[in-house]
Amino acid sequence: MIDRIPSGFHPFVLPFMIGMVFVLLYCAYGIVKIMIQLTAEDRKKFLISLVTPKTLLKNIKDIFCDCLLHVKLWKRNKMLGFMHSSIAFGWFMLIVLGHIEVILFIPERLHTFYYPIFFNYFVAENDATVAGSLLFFLMDFFLLLVLTGIALAIVKRIRSRIFGMRRTTRHSLINHIGMYALWAIFPLRLLAEGFTAHISGGSFLTIPLNWVFRQFLGNDLNMLPTWWAYSIALGVFMVVLPFSRFMHIPAEMMLIPMRNAGLKIRGARKGFARVQVYSCPNCGVCIDACPMSVSKANIKDCTVYLTRQIRRGNEKRIAEISDKCLLCGKCEALCQVGVEGPQLRVMQRSLRKYALEPDYSNIAVEPLVEAASGSKVLYFSGCMSQLTPEIGRSVESVLRKAGVDFTWMDRDGGLCCGRPMATAGRLDAARAIVEKNEKIILGSGADTLLVSCPICYKMFRESYDLPGVRVVHYSQYFSGLVKLGQLKLEKSDICYVYHDPCELGRGCGIYEEPRRLIGLSAAIAEADKTREESVCCGGSLGSLSLSFEQRRKITQGALDNLYTSHADAIATACPLCKATFARYSDRPVRDLAEIIDAQSTGYKQTER
Amino acid sequence: MMDFGFSLSKSSTLNLDTADLSLYKKLCELSPDARTCMACGSCSATCTAGPFSGMSVRKVILDLQRGRDVKAMVQGCMLCGKCIMVCPRGINTRNLILNLCKIYDR
Repeated sequence: MIDRIPSGFHPFVLPFMIGMVFVLLYCAYGIVKIMIQLTAEDRKKFLISLVTPKTLLKNIKDIFCDCLLHVKLWKRNKMLGFMHSSIAFGWFMLIVLGHIEVILFIPERLHTFYYPIFFNYFVAENDATVAGSLLFFLMDFFLLLVLTGIALAIVKRIRSRIFGMRRTTRHSLINHIGMYALWAIFPLRLLAEGFTAHISGGSFLTIPLNWVFRQFLGNDLNMLPTWWAYSIALGVFMVVLPFSRFMHIPAEMMLIPMRNAGLKIRGARKGFARVQVYSCPNCGVCIDACPMSVSKANIKDCTVYLTRQIRRGNEKRIAEISDKCLLCGKCEALCQVGVEGPQLRVMQRSLRKYALEPDYSNIAVEPLVEAASGSKVLYFSGCMSQLTPEIGRSVESVLRKAGVDFTWMDRDGGLCCGRPMATAGRLDAARAIVEKNEKIILGSGADTLLVSCPICYKMFRESYDLPGVRVVHYSQYFSGLVKLGQLKLEKSDICYVYHDPCELGRGCGIYEEPRRLIGLSAAIAEADKTREESVCCGGSLGSLSLSFEQRRKITQGALDNLYTSHADAIATACPLCKATFARYSDRPVRDLAEIIDAQSTGYKQTER
Repeated sequence: MMDFGFSLSKSSTLNLDTADLSLYKKLCELSPDARTCMACGSCSATCTAGPFSGMSVRKVILDLQRGRDVKAMVQGCMLCGKCIMVCPRGINTRNLILNLCKIYDR
């Protein structure tokens, strides 16, 4: 292998070089800007995580699996996974092998950026070696892999259902330019290497192509134009990259270490939030996931469009999109990159200024502390349970049967847990409510806080500072009672389908305990979409602006999903889900506590 | 004045010609469903904040329609959203309160 061009340069590399330098400068600028925007504490945490061997290894593993191999996509849909990993991994290997070629054959040219990319133009094959032909074979193999991926990508644009996607994103103009440039790069590379293969050598793809070309094109006049075209396609893609969805490629490499460092979204647009916004690949998985997309009017309110509008700075649409969302978290659960759509929306809401701020200073805590004192177990039913009083009554009855000594904190009404206020973005007001409740709970002297409302449970777990108090959802607590033998469950012949409440399932990761308890007291069936894919009931307090009628459609959609199980009744573990479903359901809706209460006997009673 | 041991309550006569209804009108632009309220009081009956601060969506809407001040009540709201669940008219009461907080100008 010898250097064919003595100067080692040709003007056709310029478009690529301009694009490459532009992208690198842009990313460097972005990294510096984001690092400045992080709070000092977060920055320190992030930098320390980068030099900690454990997180460093995890970062490398995650970037390799998520960005190159797309393991999560493979699990979702094999075609989708193959398409993405063939393009990403194939392209990565082409770059790596290109560098290896330069290192092996003309190491003196390694300092140029463009040699590994345009290797075949600059070299002439003078002798065939095993290493050389193996490398050429691998280059052609990975080029073929990428080309297969590109072909699948084109098919996906036309028939997305093959890839398990009902709806895909409507892309903006700049995204289309980037996409067509990306599609053009690899066929052009194949052509360029094909025209050059009789000089530079090639393998199973390029040499036959070269032979075919030479049958009717007797000269090398086509060589340069195709190399130019290849370089221009690369250049266009690189220049468009920072302004298109393809920015997710560099942004994700920043997102993964930041997430592994344990960073949380703190601002609406800056720092980690910015990284999240840029990491959205606009794939549109969230569109099918969103419970709101049952009505066509709401399709443009999914997370993919939120990130797009934040990048554009369209304040009106940002407000609309963030206010409408139910914050059910399904888009986040299904997102392949892990964009935290709900949290991003809450932060957008928190930017809003209100002329009138809440004031709870006249609420006296002392009488509430007194009412809550007396037992080690403090039961908080949550304000929403006042609409479904049977939940509180059932929990009370079960606890009595099991012989648990407890105090019902808000039997005669209590304060809100503060989560509805927090989801509305009024974080300071929510903090004020949280502090009142903290005083009551800590003042009561209890060591266990038993909660029956998942909305409150998530809030207590995440936003409260309760040293020495175990916060537990009743499904966990009752499971414990059953294990200890304090509670005996008897099977009935009713078949329930269990609806995972958003806040309990995706919010707190509790999927098993409710199912186990229902399984012990009745037959259980599964709906079509279940667990982390469960569909929000439509009653969620997350949404600020959804109308009654729009909510009805969402509830109907969620019920249709539950009906697929053909169960006799619906079971859930959230007062809000129960109240919402009960309004439209054609079959009974029971809370988990009611089911347990009906089927349980206490330890003492069984003894008698 | 002679002390009879009781007093007359202040007149609640309302003169709609002089009452300042600008806030109500502004609110109706943002939350048109405020007009559909029939003052049934379901929202007040379920209100979490009510027992502590006298908050009542029904009263807030009625007072706004009469040009009275609602500041203290609205400040007590915890946005728990139970009022939406029980409203027979399907009013998005939670958004109504948020809009009111946004445009409040007294």
